[in-house]
Amino acid sequence: MDGTPRLGHGFRFQWEPAQSCHVLLYPEGMIRLNRSAGEILARCDGSRDIAAIVAELEQAFASSGLRPEVEAFVAMAVGKRWLRLDAPTP
Amino acid sequence: MNAPATPAAHIGPPMWLLAEVTYRCPLHCVFCYNPVDFARYEEELSTDDWLRVLREGRELGAVQCGFSGGEPLLRNDLEVLIAEARRLGYYTNLITSGVGLTEARLDAFKAAGLDHIQLSFQDSSKEINDFLTHTRTFELKQRVGEMIKARGWPMVMNVVIHRLNIEHIGRIIEMADQLGAEYLELANAQYYSWALLNRDQLMPSREQLRRAEAVTDEWKARLAERMRILFVVPDYHEGKPKKCMNGWGNVFLTVTPDGTALPCHTARMLPGLDFPNVREHGLRHIWFESEGFNHYRGTGWMKEPCASCDDKENDYGGCRCQAYLLAADPDAADPVCPKSPHHAQVAAAIEQADTAAPSTKPLIFRDPKESRRLCGES
Repeated sequence: MDGTPRLGHGFRFQWEPAQSCHVLLYPEGMIRLNRSAGEILARCDGSRDIAAIVAELEQAFASSGLRPEVEAFVAMAVGKRWLRLDAPTP
Repeated sequence: MNAPATPAAHIGPPMWLLAEVTYRCPLHCVFCYNPVDFARYEEELSTDDWLRVLREGRELGAVQCGFSGGEPLLRNDLEVLIAEARRLGYYTNLITSGVGLTEARLDAFKAAGLDHIQLSFQDSSKEINDFLTHTRTFELKQRVGEMIKARGWPMVMNVVIHRLNIEHIGRIIEMADQLGAEYLELANAQYYSWALLNRDQLMPSREQLRRAEAVTDEWKARLAERMRILFVVPDYHEGKPKKCMNGWGNVFLTVTPDGTALPCHTARMLPGLDFPNVREHGLRHIWFESEGFNHYRGTGWMKEPCASCDDKENDYGGCRCQAYLLAADPDAADPVCPKSPHHAQVAAAIEQADTAAPSTKPLIFRDPKESRRLCGES
């Protein structure tokens, strides 16, 4: 998987103090996100491609081998329209 | 026996604040869910009242904010309210017929940060019940739909379905597709308020519903990539009670034009409950402490057949308003439940819709004059 993910049309991502979690808001609805989903989505702003997101996360959490998890999450989120995936620029 | 804990210990925050900013409306829909006696409540909250309500709701933890009515566009401070709601961090939803919406107003909403507009289709004409033949309505929605899309909002449409338009459901979906809708809610009328007055004329037969669902399913398959379609069956035909409002005082907090706070937008009809007003109380008190919000929370208020029912935690006994309207007892099981001793009324209404000749009773249109007549004033 390659490309640059950004939030889907009409979705908004934010931190909710009252719920102590990140949430994804959309017309008349809300998804509560667990920590790893929140960390990934926080970086899906259309400015980073998947490789850059993986690199940032691996650095932030001092870990490696996160690519499969990020790809699986992005694929799921694209399927649910939370994210759009812009094709990589040639 | 344990002493009762303070209610606040068990109650989560509201997720939804629904601001019904006005009961005024240019339309006269025969299925309107505003109270039949809405004309009693003409004194609307001020801009400052609403700004305070928005702040207090957000402090409680509410995330979704809906602006509806009536027609919310008739409040000329709507852009101020939207801007504050957005600034506070709500996801802001405007629920409108689009009547009166201009380019300039939409620009102001965009600048205010409005997240989402739900455009609803109604029978807006007293003369023609089948709005599909009413070109002016279509042209209006088309124009408004294009203006909405041009500003980058998702296109979300809602159409109330009933006996007078259900045969045209395929054309309705086609029209929504032509308008570029990404989401389409086909919501069958539910029989409260004005829709209950007009139930004989509005309720579809089972066969009509079955066909409408089949046509909708075909379109769902065809448009899967472009449009999400949601078909909402009338409670009467569902065969089991719904978990109304996702539980009383659990998720939703509605504030009506005059400031009455309600756990659902039709609850003000229920007798014997004292619903608080935001002019007198803060939302925190209203949500956690008020009698109106605590009365039907949980399952402690139930009587049989609900009290011993295995599904009581799933459906909370269904809808209190429907229980009141059909069983004359807001504590009763929702009569749409087959276990309800009053279920025969629902079955009879369905039977009548299936077999009776088309009703010749005139439709009662929602307007202030009818409202005053119906609440015994003139």
